[in-house]
Amino acid sequence: MSNKYNSPDVNGHFGKFGGKYVPETLITPLKELEETYFQLTKEKNFQDELNKLNKEYTGRPTPLTFADGLTKYFDKAKIYLKREDLCHTGAHKINNALGQILLAKKLGKTRIIAETGAGQHGVATATVCAKFGLKCFVYMGEVDIERQSLNVFRMKLLGAEVIPVSSGSRTLKDAANEAIRDWVTNVKDTHYIIGSVVGPHPYPMIVRDFQSVIGKETKEQIQIAEERLPDYIVACVGGGSNAIGIFYSFINTKVKLIGVEAAGYGINTNKHCATLTLGREGIFQGMKTYLLQNDEGQVSEVHSISAGLDYPGVGPEHSLFKDEVIADYYSVTDDEAIRATELLSKAEGIIPALESAHAVAYLNYLMPNTKKDEIVIVNISGRGDKDLNTIKDKLGY
Amino acid sequence: MTTIANYISGKNNKNEKVLSVFLTSGFPDKNNFVELALRALEAGADMLEIGFPFSDPLADGPIIQHSSQIALENGINITKTFNFIKEIRSRTDKPLILMGYANPVLSYGIEKFAENAKSLGVNGVIIPDIPIEEYENFYNHLFDEVNTILLVTPTTSNDRIKLIDEKSSGFIYCVSVSGTTGITNQDKITSIEFVKRTRSIVKKNKMLVGFGISSVKDAQSFAPYCDGIIVGSAVIKSLMNDSSDYVKTLDLIKKLKQALV
Repeated sequence: MSNKYNSPDVNGHFGKFGGKYVPETLITPLKELEETYFQLTKEKNFQDELNKLNKEYTGRPTPLTFADGLTKYFDKAKIYLKREDLCHTGAHKINNALGQILLAKKLGKTRIIAETGAGQHGVATATVCAKFGLKCFVYMGEVDIERQSLNVFRMKLLGAEVIPVSSGSRTLKDAANEAIRDWVTNVKDTHYIIGSVVGPHPYPMIVRDFQSVIGKETKEQIQIAEERLPDYIVACVGGGSNAIGIFYSFINTKVKLIGVEAAGYGINTNKHCATLTLGREGIFQGMKTYLLQNDEGQVSEVHSISAGLDYPGVGPEHSLFKDEVIADYYSVTDDEAIRATELLSKAEGIIPALESAHAVAYLNYLMPNTKKDEIVIVNISGRGDKDLNTIKDKLGY
Repeated sequence: MTTIANYISGKNNKNEKVLSVFLTSGFPDKNNFVELALRALEAGADMLEIGFPFSDPLADGPIIQHSSQIALENGINITKTFNFIKEIRSRTDKPLILMGYANPVLSYGIEKFAENAKSLGVNGVIIPDIPIEEYENFYNHLFDEVNTILLVTPTTSNDRIKLIDEKSSGFIYCVSVSGTTGITNQDKITSIEFVKRTRSIVKKNKMLVGFGISSVKDAQSFAPYCDGIIVGSAVIKSLMNDSSDYVKTLDLIKKLKQALV
């Protein structure tokens, strides 16, 4: 199957997942977006411009760092870290935001909207809007505004308007609902920069493609460092854009791909976001995908200490990867993520975002089963500065 | 039983436009909902669209979001909505339509939903997050006797309107403005131009206009260019503030219908 992997199909389906489950108003704009995207990606100028921005603005390629301290700590396989935390704005989200702002310009849109959870995508979108001179409105749940207050200020400083969302669980999914409603209403002049590999086609494909630079670089870098591919790649999964980004170059290989979801207080409680572990097929925010929901198809109120993973759905391509066993998915709790944050900080001098700390935490389960001559790569999708208040409260020093 | 299209034709032949009223299932009070529905029909509603709630109603503005939330808190689901339908159906022959989002239906079971809708006398369904792209993936032959009503919006191209007209049954739901339900800041002239354009393309189906129609004046301005109108948010909003036995709301429905005769 993986040798022929060619999803999505022309209708945006990843197997039975994905699609365009949206109100009629959005169908034409989604088609325009898709056509413009296919046209642009064929143009050398577009690729050149994006490559130049990635290099000179974001600071790509990001390093692949050998994690000496962490490797010694586990005393098993060698561990490398893909350093998306070193991207301009502090996370991988900028890769997608830059690509999409070029699309928005080509589409002639003057107003940009986005949803954000942790604030990293909001900051990335505010950043590219500042650079390209477009008006920017970011929807953010009230709970997230509280726990990611530094990022709220960053967005404002960058000239964006942050619109608080008070509906539902007041987190990422509600912010995305409001962004979609805004788009339905203002579709003429507005482009919606979705922050993850979620939503209706063509978004999961477009965001994946812009994020796949992570995996392309990783593949080159590990071959230079070790003259071979790694045995494992580990990434956190909320919507799943950093994971798809690093996985995508490796899906036709023997590399084991591992996605780590947020188990919140634990998967035996009802306070978690382990969508692929415990969800079932649903239709949500324009896509068919695994979804945390009750028996009546009402979307669950979920929980993670990490605002960026606090989402009841997941990208439809991950749903396909799970069913086809192209990747394996596990989950770790809030507490495990906090301990992993401390571990990476002390062992490597790198403070990861709480999202990325979930990937690091999974090493506790993975490493004992690895051999010394094996190689593990962990995607550090973002840096932890935005989470310092939460981490401080938890660690208490 | 009269199909929706025949019913609309019948009214149109008497120089009347139909009034379709949207009610959120079990809102505002689940114990009086059947009574409310029947009184809405008595007051002048020609047909009812009964919305079963969803936690994440993407196409809805704040008013219907709020009523959905209350309905969920009242414990309303598809099963309870079918129970309401059963009681309402036993006391009226007017068309009854179910409206709601795809996920609760998927969760309930698409086949079971279609079978129950058919056996309880539901005449049509409107699921706004199933556009024609996903039509075949969702609706099946069991919906042959339950109309699947599709929407057109101002962003829908002429060619696409033709395709939607082919697929839709019951009527075409013409959304007069790009936006969520209850939108008020619309440019009326542009909306009417769009409704006229759509009317000239739609051949197979009757066409009802909805979204952003909140007053008798709105109803009058759209009525000449369609076969009927749909009022949702204005009714729900009225119900929110209507402590006096729904008198204000029923009066609104009565006046809206009078404007269409």
